[in-house]
Amino acid sequence: MTALLSLQSISKRFGGLTVIDDVSFNIERGTRSALIGPNGAGKTTLFNLISGVYPIDHGSIVLDGRDFADIPAHRRGGYGLSRSFQNIRLMPHLSTVENIMLGQHARSSTIGMLAPLGLWRNRWVREAEQLLADAGLSTFPGQVVADLPYGIQKRIEVVRALAARPKLLLLDEPAAGLNPAETDELLKLLESISAQGVTLLIVEHDMHFVSRLCQQVVVLNFGRLLFQGTPAAARRDRAVLDAYLGSDHAA
Amino acid sequence: MSGYLSAQLSILCLNIIIAYAIFLPAASGQLNLGAGGFAIIGGYLGGWLNSDFDGLGLAMQLSIPLAALATAAIAFLLSFPILRTRGVYMVLATFAFAEVVAGIVLNLEVVGGAAGFPVDGHADLSVLAPICVMVVVSCFLLMSTRFGLAMRSVHDDENVASLFGVNVHWVRVAAFTLGGLLGGLYGALYGHQYNYIEVQNWNVMFSIYVLLYVLLGGTQSPFGPLLGALFFTVVPELLRSFGAAVGSELIADGRFAIFGALIVLMMAFRPEGIVTRTMLERLMGRGAREKGAT
Repeated sequence: MTALLSLQSISKRFGGLTVIDDVSFNIERGTRSALIGPNGAGKTTLFNLISGVYPIDHGSIVLDGRDFADIPAHRRGGYGLSRSFQNIRLMPHLSTVENIMLGQHARSSTIGMLAPLGLWRNRWVREAEQLLADAGLSTFPGQVVADLPYGIQKRIEVVRALAARPKLLLLDEPAAGLNPAETDELLKLLESISAQGVTLLIVEHDMHFVSRLCQQVVVLNFGRLLFQGTPAAARRDRAVLDAYLGSDHAA
Repeated sequence: MSGYLSAQLSILCLNIIIAYAIFLPAASGQLNLGAGGFAIIGGYLGGWLNSDFDGLGLAMQLSIPLAALATAAIAFLLSFPILRTRGVYMVLATFAFAEVVAGIVLNLEVVGGAAGFPVDGHADLSVLAPICVMVVVSCFLLMSTRFGLAMRSVHDDENVASLFGVNVHWVRVAAFTLGGLLGGLYGALYGHQYNYIEVQNWNVMFSIYVLLYVLLGGTQSPFGPLLGALFFTVVPELLRSFGAAVGSELIADGRFAIFGALIVLMMAFRPEGIVTRTMLERLMGRGAREKGAT
């Protein structure tokens, strides 16, 4: 079986600064993986390269057998990719349901663009409300997102990304700033998403969270791939420990 | 209906149409100070197409829609250079567009140049009102579609909208072009309502006022331009009749100073416009609760 996502020696430079340097790894279908590394390691940049915010300088990104080289960002959703953002990037002036319906956008046809969404409860609205209900967020459908608490917005971002029905879901620090109860809620949500067959790739600093959720970790440092393996193995790996704690931590 | 009332209602209908012409681009994040340019193109094209003597002598039923469509085509072509600009630079680009159009038409002898141009066919309130209602209903429908959702998403965050599959460039082009269509429609209707047009009707003050209708009304919901146009059309007239009623020349003559102060107050207290999503939701939420209680 081929990997769902395959990165082959991709590189990215911003001016003279190489932020991603010859990184290759595969993500297998149906797995839950974490992308970790110290601040500035290039984790978010890697997400931006996969989702097409910037073009890659070198290498290839292949999702489900399709090379992303010539596919612009706004068409990548149609090939099974969706993501959330490190800082909440919900549309502040849209309601919760409308934000979720934006997530469905890539699945709509050109003619579907002109079908009224808000006048009666069509299948898009019903589906968005169902997704919110499944995530335990059904109490806020009509509310403008800017007025909602942080922890709720964080989960709405995940649900919005899910509304695209992705094969691969990229989540950029979904647990950042959540309290333990909210983190547990998020973990349950992500496990149920994974159970539906969606492959997860998560940037996360909370190693406890990563160990509970992910079967695999990919470690980046200064734009290079440092380690790929199980969370338990990562904790024992000399290079990973050096990157996180400094080379004289054993003393 | 008195002549005064029907004249005021005609102005209101026209102002609502031009407000939506600027609202559609504004709802997708574009500040368009080119209302005057679209109005001039639509007005002169409509008048010329209709004129027996100088132009093609088409019936009004043809000259008005044709003028609107031609203005839309021009807006479509213009959108490519203009949409390369953002924010205040787009304000300047659209302003420059309006000035160029005014400059050209002012020197175009075939439509009378600075002397203005007489328009033959007359469109009274019975024409304006149904068209105005159609424009309002269409804009409400448009904003409720997935395309409308895409427009509002582009307004809020175009990078994220793009990552969720919205073709940001085409949404912006479409919004600008539809704005041009309504701007041309407004110009043609105006010409046929007053039967005489000149470039001075649509100077920069006009474009600024229209942008103010929209920004003060609110760009987050299609109620915004309706309220903005209503406010700008009705309040000066109310101040005039109020001044006359209490016999105060200060109010009657100084109504535009009072009106200006009102605008400043609105900007201070409703910086996102009179109608915001949060406000609509509160109103509707309250309505739902009351329904639930009874």
